[in-house]
Amino acid sequence: MDQLRKKARELLESGAVKTVIGYGEGSGKAVRAVFIRQPEQTEKLILDERCRQNLAVYLLKPEVKNLGKPAVVARLPVLRSILELAAESQLADEQMVILGISPDGQLLDLAGLKAVADYVSAQSLELPPPEREQLEQIEKKSPAERWNFWQEEFSRCVKCYACRASCPLCYCSRCAVECNQPQWISSASHARGNLEWHLVRAMHLAGRCVNCGDCARACPVGIPLNLLTRKLGEEVFKDFGLRAGTTPELKYALATFLPEDQEDFIR
Amino acid sequence: MAEAKLLKQDSWPGLFAKLQASGRRILAPRGKPGLILFEEVSSPEAMASKYIQTTLSAKSAVFPRCEELFQYRFEGKDVKIEDRQLDPPPTVIFGLRPCDASSFAVLNAVFSWDYQDAFFKSRLKNTAVIGISCRESDEYCFCTSVGGGPGDTKGSDILLTRQDSGDYLAEILTAKGQELVSLAPELFAEAPSAEKGKFLAQVPAHFEVKELSQKLPRLFDSGIWVEQSLRCLGCGACAFVCPTCVCFDIQDEADREAGSRLRCWDSCGFSLFTLHTSGHNPRSVQSQRWRQRLMHKFSYFPERLEVLGCVGCGRCARSCPADMNLLEHLQAIMEAP
Repeated sequence: MDQLRKKARELLESGAVKTVIGYGEGSGKAVRAVFIRQPEQTEKLILDERCRQNLAVYLLKPEVKNLGKPAVVARLPVLRSILELAAESQLADEQMVILGISPDGQLLDLAGLKAVADYVSAQSLELPPPEREQLEQIEKKSPAERWNFWQEEFSRCVKCYACRASCPLCYCSRCAVECNQPQWISSASHARGNLEWHLVRAMHLAGRCVNCGDCARACPVGIPLNLLTRKLGEEVFKDFGLRAGTTPELKYALATFLPEDQEDFIR
Repeated sequence: MAEAKLLKQDSWPGLFAKLQASGRRILAPRGKPGLILFEEVSSPEAMASKYIQTTLSAKSAVFPRCEELFQYRFEGKDVKIEDRQLDPPPTVIFGLRPCDASSFAVLNAVFSWDYQDAFFKSRLKNTAVIGISCRESDEYCFCTSVGGGPGDTKGSDILLTRQDSGDYLAEILTAKGQELVSLAPELFAEAPSAEKGKFLAQVPAHFEVKELSQKLPRLFDSGIWVEQSLRCLGCGACAFVCPTCVCFDIQDEADREAGSRLRCWDSCGFSLFTLHTSGHNPRSVQSQRWRQRLMHKFSYFPERLEVLGCVGCGRCARSCPADMNLLEHLQAIMEAP
């Protein structure tokens, strides 16, 4: 944490960045995103196990961009989000300074997206056992049980779109659910409207999700939405050997044809 | 004049049975800490045992998150409209907190403003509230700063306050409350004392809301809105958990032959909320939408409808994925130059 504060201070003092996007104390025991602009304010930066929000989401926000060039505190999911956003031409190298953080809380020296990609590639991106187990719990249900499970979960959805807003990869300026000429997806939060929304969200993120879990953490009614995109991410990896957020080059499995692609799903 | 009675804790099952026998459905808090929702229950055992506040408010009982207003059918060059029959089920909301009970008056002020909304009004008419005073609060609660209190009776037909003995002081406040008591008069005994203050949570008052309302208009161009909303993600969680947020969107779901017109919850936090057909959006960035949310609740509502658009329940802050804390922001506004 001291390393981080020191580095943040240097960056602000030298004028290399105008703001540091990091974590600070919030309400009660919560932490929140902070946007540090004065060197002396860097003491407010904290780093502990509560700091899980995916801060990459702020890199594309207009008011945050207006603050000037940012440095962003980035654990692995944030690093992966930045790579994925760069691959999709939403971010470029010179637009930010990346304050990479290792799993044990050490500041990483990651100068540029290439270094980030090298670091990410050296990490295990396999699902940790508890996350795999959650998927297995769903997978072992019969199709009918699974349908009922998700119907029950989606029934609570109020369509607040906190899942969308918290996701760095949901950056469309006009979401498919908001297109109404013609209207593709019902915007009502009835059973069909909710099912349509969650299917579309999951499909748009298939193989693009970095499994940060923010969609589920953001959901006010506790729908475990991240299981859908996590499952799709695993499916894409199984079939095409690609994981989201590992390279700043566009290699999106579901939009690229390679002669060696498996085609055994065509029968 | 309110009448005070004593409702023994072991009388709840009997009361629930009588309410149901009268044809009323009972909505009460259900679930586990972290996710407690108002759902239909048949016995008090199904209720959440401990809750400071529910995750979603009980607003949907009178203002559903998605409601069909009418259906229509194209017949040649004509459109045939089929109105909906309004026969909402008689409902008792049990266990509502005093802040939430007072929120119905805010919704009613909007739905009776320049037009009497039959959908809302018919539901409200068929709804009775048995509130429960708060013995505990948390750091997000600020009812006492916005004209309420942990034992406030506004909006409840009966308000229950748990005494140290475990029994409840029952304040019967309205004719609707009397009607509920008359279903099971044997359960309501004489109360030895109507004293309830010592059983209530201590919720400190943080600001003078009249001063806030007076101050807000001149802060319209202040930089405080950008500063406060930097971390806001622009979702609608705050509006959808809010007991008083009342904005809605009208949607048609139709094919070539017929359709249905729906009223769905909406939020001023969404970028689409004020997007004009021309493509212009008067609130193009989140800070303007955040300003609108606060101005609406604490300036426009009192100015136009003589009610505050906030009851201090704290849900918006508890639910916010970015920890936007309304109380903290209001205090900062009070301190702003």
